[in-house]
Amino acid sequence: MIEIKNISKKFNTADGIVEALKDVSLSIPDGDIFGIIGMSGAGKSTLVRCINMLERPDSGTIEIDGCDLGKLSEKELRTVRRDISMIFQGFNLLMQRNCLKNVCFPLELSGVKKLDAKKKALELLDIVGLRDKAKAYPAQLSGGQQQRVAIARALATNPKVLLCDEATSALDPTTTNSILELIRNINKKLGITVIIITHQMSVVESICKNVAILDDGVVVEQGAVSEVFAHPKSKAAQNLVFPEGSSGSVVISESGDRIIRVVFNGASATGTPLIARMAVQKGIEANIAYASTKSINGKVYGSMLLGIAGDESNVNSAIEFLMQTPDVIAEEVEPCV
Amino acid sequence: MFNDIFSSGALIEAWQIIQTQFPLAIWETIYVTILATVFAILIGLPLGVLLVVGEKSGVLPIPAWFLQVLNVIINLLRSVPFLILMILVFPLTRLIVGTVVGTTASIVPLVIAAFPFVARLAESSLREVNPNIIEMAQSTGAAPLQIIIKVMIPESIPSLISNAAIAFTTILGYSAMSGIIGGGGLGKIAINYGYYRYKYLIMVLAVILLILIVQVFQSIGTHLSAKTDKRLKRK
Repeated sequence: MIEIKNISKKFNTADGIVEALKDVSLSIPDGDIFGIIGMSGAGKSTLVRCINMLERPDSGTIEIDGCDLGKLSEKELRTVRRDISMIFQGFNLLMQRNCLKNVCFPLELSGVKKLDAKKKALELLDIVGLRDKAKAYPAQLSGGQQQRVAIARALATNPKVLLCDEATSALDPTTTNSILELIRNINKKLGITVIIITHQMSVVESICKNVAILDDGVVVEQGAVSEVFAHPKSKAAQNLVFPEGSSGSVVISESGDRIIRVVFNGASATGTPLIARMAVQKGIEANIAYASTKSINGKVYGSMLLGIAGDESNVNSAIEFLMQTPDVIAEEVEPCV
Repeated sequence: MFNDIFSSGALIEAWQIIQTQFPLAIWETIYVTILATVFAILIGLPLGVLLVVGEKSGVLPIPAWFLQVLNVIINLLRSVPFLILMILVFPLTRLIVGTVVGTTASIVPLVIAAFPFVARLAESSLREVNPNIIEMAQSTGAAPLQIIIKVMIPESIPSLISNAAIAFTTILGYSAMSGIIGGGGLGKIAINYGYYRYKYLIMVLAVILLILIVQVFQSIGTHLSAKTDKRLKRK
């Protein structure tokens, strides 16, 4: 259990004092995959560096399993940091060491015998699928492979927590998915709590159970991913969930259609032609103005904006029809040009 | 004044000197330069490390005034002309070697002149290390000394080697000057025969040999630096 209570952090910069974090509180249960999402400059990186005390917060406390990190000496902190591994956007591998020695690095620091360290490192490279690259140098690997080595290194000390700081931001979509898959497996198999810092909605959607939205140093929303994504309340959340147009500033309605937002919140609707069925059964023609849905493990997540021609009753019966499907939420939103 | 440089008399004399004096001079030059470089690195490298890690945002901050003092001393030593420095350090030379003349004695002023230069070179090499990698080491629980020994120095080895070659060639140049105070080597031959006795052929030959030695050691340095740099390894 990670308890972040009321932390604040200010930086003195050339442009004056910047408040990176303002009274941030979060609690992250053991074994969770927790997303912290926000735009650039929202304070995500500062927050994650506070969790392992690379940045000491100006006020507030961080407790991991009841241990208040702020009270520890530098030396004690170094021991605790072995339980809190971190992977980075830039992978941060030691470029002059081969993969095997990179994975051995944290073990060397904690004084593990060379042979034991090597054995453990090979096992870890096996887990990330790069055993055959043990003797290769980072410069010889692709970005995705480098991140896999970094993950193996992060696991070397059997950590309780894995902090991912924009770990997939430098990778292409396919590689991103494979890295996320690896992180998901690690979380499942080893029970490691994973905290994912990202600005990519897709990353949170596909892997996180819970999410906090950070905007200008403040947690504006937090909760289960499905909940936050289905009903984004804050402006920042709406901007992230619907970058193309939030419910406050919805798309076009040139034809004078009324707009319904349909949220698929893990509905088992794959293979069901929902919109077509609505046309056939209810005689309501829907114009799909926007759709972004994806299927994860056979469940549909995402949202659609439907333009419905006609009056109030048409819209109401469309909403009624759509709501009959479990885990589908429909609501009318204000169109604005 | 150069019209009799290749006269038969000059050629015969040069040949004799090449046979009798050059082997020892080459040996002295290389021996003095290598020893001075080694000592300069032994003092300069830790100093260079301190200049980087001792900063306020470094991994092992030291008091700001102390860092300032170090910087001033280094700048000061670097701005004293080598000829003057050689004479200034006579007392120290006598204390360490027992005499102020001779080949071995010339190592002391060479080290004093070179270590601040080496410190600056080491500083610039260490600053090239990606700060994100240092952050990674900190997040992994590395102590400051571990970061220096296991991360900063190994990661900058290629750059350190290439800078060591620069230091070597610079010290070689200084060592030639130490011929003036009785230091041995090719510099002494160039000054004694060329400058004092107008035997220009000998001087030219000595200078050519110095150039060759610089070439050889610089090439070795460049080659080693590239060879150790694992970032350049491609499939």
